[in-house]
Formats: sequence, C-alpha cells, structure tokens
Amino acid sequence: MIYREAGVYKTTYRADHAIFTIPQDRWSMIGIFAIAFLLIPAVGSEYWLGAIMLPFLILALAALGLNILTGYCGQLSLGTGGFMATGAFSAYKLATSFPDMHIVLVIFGAGLIAAAVGILFGIPSLRIKGFYLAVATLASQFFLIWMFDKFGWFTNYSASGVISAPPMTIFGDVFITGPEASLVAKYMFTLSVVVLLALVAKNLVRSNIGREWRAVRDMDIAAEIIGIPMLRTKLKAFAVSSFFCGVAGALWAFLYTGSVEPLAFDVNRSFQVLFMIIIGGLGSIMGAFLGAAFIILLPILLNNLPTMLGLNIRTDMISHMEYMIFGALIVFFLIVEPHGLARLWSLLKEKLRLWPFPH
Amino acid sequence: MDMNERKIGDVILALDNISLSFGAMKVLDDISFDVRQGEIRSIIGPNGAGKSSMLNVINGFYHPQEGSITFRGEKRKEMDVHKAAASGIARTFQNIALFKGMSTLDNIMTGRNLKMKCNIFQQGWYWGKAQKEEIEHRQKVEEIIDFLEIQNIRKTPVGRLPYGFQKRVELGRALAAEPDILLLDEPMAGMNVEEKEDMSRFILDINDEFGTTIILIEHDMGVVMDLSDRVVVLDYGLQLADGPPDEVRSNQTVIDAYLGVSH
Repeated sequence: MIYREAGVYKTTYRADHAIFTIPQDRWSMIGIFAIAFLLIPAVGSEYWLGAIMLPFLILALAALGLNILTGYCGQLSLGTGGFMATGAFSAYKLATSFPDMHIVLVIFGAGLIAAAVGILFGIPSLRIKGFYLAVATLASQFFLIWMFDKFGWFTNYSASGVISAPPMTIFGDVFITGPEASLVAKYMFTLSVVVLLALVAKNLVRSNIGREWRAVRDMDIAAEIIGIPMLRTKLKAFAVSSFFCGVAGALWAFLYTGSVEPLAFDVNRSFQVLFMIIIGGLGSIMGAFLGAAFIILLPILLNNLPTMLGLNIRTDMISHMEYMIFGALIVFFLIVEPHGLARLWSLLKEKLRLWPFPH
Repeated sequence: MDMNERKIGDVILALDNISLSFGAMKVLDDISFDVRQGEIRSIIGPNGAGKSSMLNVINGFYHPQEGSITFRGEKRKEMDVHKAAASGIARTFQNIALFKGMSTLDNIMTGRNLKMKCNIFQQGWYWGKAQKEEIEHRQKVEEIIDFLEIQNIRKTPVGRLPYGFQKRVELGRALAAEPDILLLDEPMAGMNVEEKEDMSRFILDINDEFGTTIILIEHDMGVVMDLSDRVVVLDYGLQLADGPPDEVRSNQTVIDAYLGVSH
C-alpha cells in the first residue's frame, strides 16, 4: 500500500529505461538532494560536515568505483587504497607543477592518471581470476604505496613524505582547499563531484557496457562466445573503477585531510572500502552509499552508545568491541545476505507494496 | 511442413577433414561435411560422440589440429571465437549458460552487444546518442520477446525461471545477434512433449521467417528426423553417415551404433 507501482503506466521504452520508473522513487530522490544540497550545509555543524559527511561522501565514491570492478564486473580487487593514493599524489603533482590549473581539472586529471595505472594493473586479470586476482591487486597496492614512499619526486622531496594541498579556488575567489577554505565550500564541492560521478556510474551500468560487465561476471565463457571482448571489457572496468578511486583519493587528500602521507591509503583502506561494498551490496550503486554510511557511522554510534545508555565502559574496551561487532557483522552479511543492505532495502519495498494487507 | 517452398542455397560452411584431439584422446577424427544456406542440419550420435566438440570447432572455441573450415568462401585452419560471433555465428549451450544475475530483457539485450556502437563516454553521459541506441535495440529485443512468447518474464532475473523458459531465453539471446548460422546444442534436453513441440515450432519459424541456417544437436530422434534437411552421424569421433533423414535412418552402421551389435 505504502510503496507501489500500481497505476504507473509506461507507454514508451524511453520511460521504461528511466533511472527511477516509479514517481515515489523520483520524489524521494529529489527529497534526498534537497536535504543534501540545502539542509545539511545550512544546519550541519563543523563536526557533521567535516568529520562525517566529507569522509562518507569520499569513501562512498571509492566504494562506487570498487563496486563497478568487483560487484558488476566480478573482478575481486584489494588495490583500492593504491589507486586512491595514485589519485592523491597525481593531484598533488598536477597542482604543484601547474599552479594555474583549475581544481576541477586537477581532480579529474588525477582520476585519469589513476585510470591509466588501473589499466596497467588490470592486465593480469585476463589470465587470473578470483582470489588469485585479489593477490595480484594486493601486490599493486603494496607496490604503489612503496613507490610513493620511496621516491621523493612524488612528494616534491618533502622531508616528512607528507603532501599538503596548495590553496585552490573555484568561481574565482571561493577557496575549497587550504586553510582558508570553509567546510561548507568543501562539502558542496565534494557533494557535486560525487553526485555527478554517481550519475555517470548509474548510466554506465544500465547501458551496454554495464550489461557486458555483468555478463563477464556471471559467465565469462558465454560472454566471450556472444562476442564480448574479454580483455577490453575487463580493462574498461579497471579504468572506470580506478578513475573513481583516483578522484576519491584526490578529494581525500585535498579537501578532507588537507595533507596526507602514503600510509593513509594502505591496505587497511582497501579492506575498509571492500567491506563497504560487501555490507552495502555487491552490484548496486545505492549499496555503495549505504555501505559507506554504515561503516562511517557505526564506529561513531558504538563510541557514543555506552555514554548515551549511561553505561560505564572503558574506552579501550569500546574500541575492542568495535572490532568484534564489525567482524561479526561482516560474517553475518556474507552468510545471510550477500547482496547487502541494498537487497534488504528492496525486500522492504516489496513488503511495503502489500503492507498492511496480507496479500 | 512444405519442403518445396523453402529456399536452400549454396554451401555457406564447409568442414574438411577436421581432426581434434586433447592429448592422446582423439575427439574428432577426419570429419567432413558441409552446411547449405537456409537448411536445418543435424548432428546426431551417442553420448561422447563429439557432437558438442564439433560445434565448438565451428564457433572457434576449440581449434582443430588438422583440417580446414570454409565459411562464406573463406578458407581457414580454425575459427576465432570473437570473429565467429562478429561474422554471424551464434549458439546456445547444452548446459544453460545464461547470465544468472540479469533479467530476461538484459540477457537478450546483451546478445546485441556487437551491434551497439556508442563509446564509454557516450554511455556514461547516456542522454542523446546512447539513449537513442538503447531504445532502438530495445525495440528489436521486444520483437524477439514477442516471437518467443516470454513477455511476462521480461523483468524476471533468469536464475529464478523454470528450466524450459531458461532455454527459451538462451535462444532469444542467440537470436538477438541476428545470426546467419545458429548452433543449437540439445535445445530440447530435459523437456516434456509440450515444451518440445514449442521449441520445434520456434526452430522451424526461425528457419522459415528469418532464413537462418541451423545446425542442431538433438537426441530425440523423432524431432531430428522431422526437422532436419540433412543429418550427419558421429560416433566416437568418427563420421558414420551423412545424408537426408530417411537415408540415415536406414543406414545399417547407424543402427548398429545406436542399438549396439554383437561382434
């Protein structure tokens, strides 16, 4: 009763191919955009904008990238951190080598460089699959971090190995990086980039290339026999995925933390993003956002819950509990709902079609 | 069926002295036959005779050690999987090879991948060229969905469909490529009489309406003898017979292979 498609008649294929075919979904999306673009910047505190929304948006973007590669194309990757680092350090080199370059070009240029690196490390995927590919991408993760750490050129020979984003502006005089930038400006810029790229991701996965990726994931031999070129399709997934991760890395270094060292993108980051898509839902755009929200918000909730409930638990105990609850949840999702929160959401919608009537 | 009305043309595909072995195992031994434009050509034989291997040679999935394949007048030692698909050879599989996580519609749309020309940037932007292309192909796919009478399952994930429907969707995916030659590997295995009749009707209609050449592997002799123009018989990789159904049916070597013979 509450959620229904009854009475929605699609008379053209164009309408049937729309992203949201049900008016309710369209209106909810408009509502979410209104909250994200208008309400949150107006009422959000420093803490909410800076410590929750920024990392949430940026990691959701990285999760989106990984979901294209792993969830849609079926290529398990543990190199997300490495590709994010590539984006961060490419953005730094671009911004310091060409000081006049516009921030938008810097961020997307960094994404393109990360895409090229992704293609390079995606080549073994033609021969190796599954866990073995995961090991190969893990090697790329360690190699990339080692490279940025080892060669001073990437950090412009800074003694600490840390890169700091130079102050950059958009629309002439609005600072979005550096110490003078306001959190609202940073938030709005990040949000715009993430919304734009999420739209691109959605378009890709509902087009021919998205069907080719899913075909390769579901049955690669049949895909090859109906004419899908295996290597090219996989490399496209690596390129798009690394582009997203690269942009996420650049945003992380330039807008979220401001300065960053290679270790911020170590293998733990790769696992964090992988857990996001497992919990959020493999092969779902929405899943990337749900998973990122879950993994960012859960530790905050777990930290504050004992105080809110009036329990007196030691902080080290809380942080240990965090690990335990996290581990348990991941095992739970892998066993009970491998399609994650996104699947739970669509099940809920199916229930709401009938509720409160039995059938 | 009226044989006189159908047009059977020149040889479109010729296989000459094909031998294929995996290590010491000889799967195909000196097989030669040809396929004419517009005919229904069956390959029969007991289990393990090399029938599926023959199809795999035709669409380039296996590369024979000896012999040659002449397709549309072009002679080559072996086919290439991608080129075979691009030059109009489509197939279905003995064990259904659908993309389980995708809907019926998406599975059949995937069959048109070679005809979709928009690049990744146009698809990423979607509006404009990519949308137009998507809708054009959707129309073609809907024609196939109508033809196979699977309108009510177009949005259902194929993993949830019953076996008979999965076979139909797989046929739809192959048809979506608008092939010149359609390779069908046991399209009626595991079906009941009614489903077999439906499938036979689809095969005849495809051949008749679209003029598609069909190479068919099937174990139901009644179906094979009724549908086929010519039948080639394999056993243990050897070619036992080749000819019209009546001739093959009365061939003593074929009868011996199927029924067994005392030595």
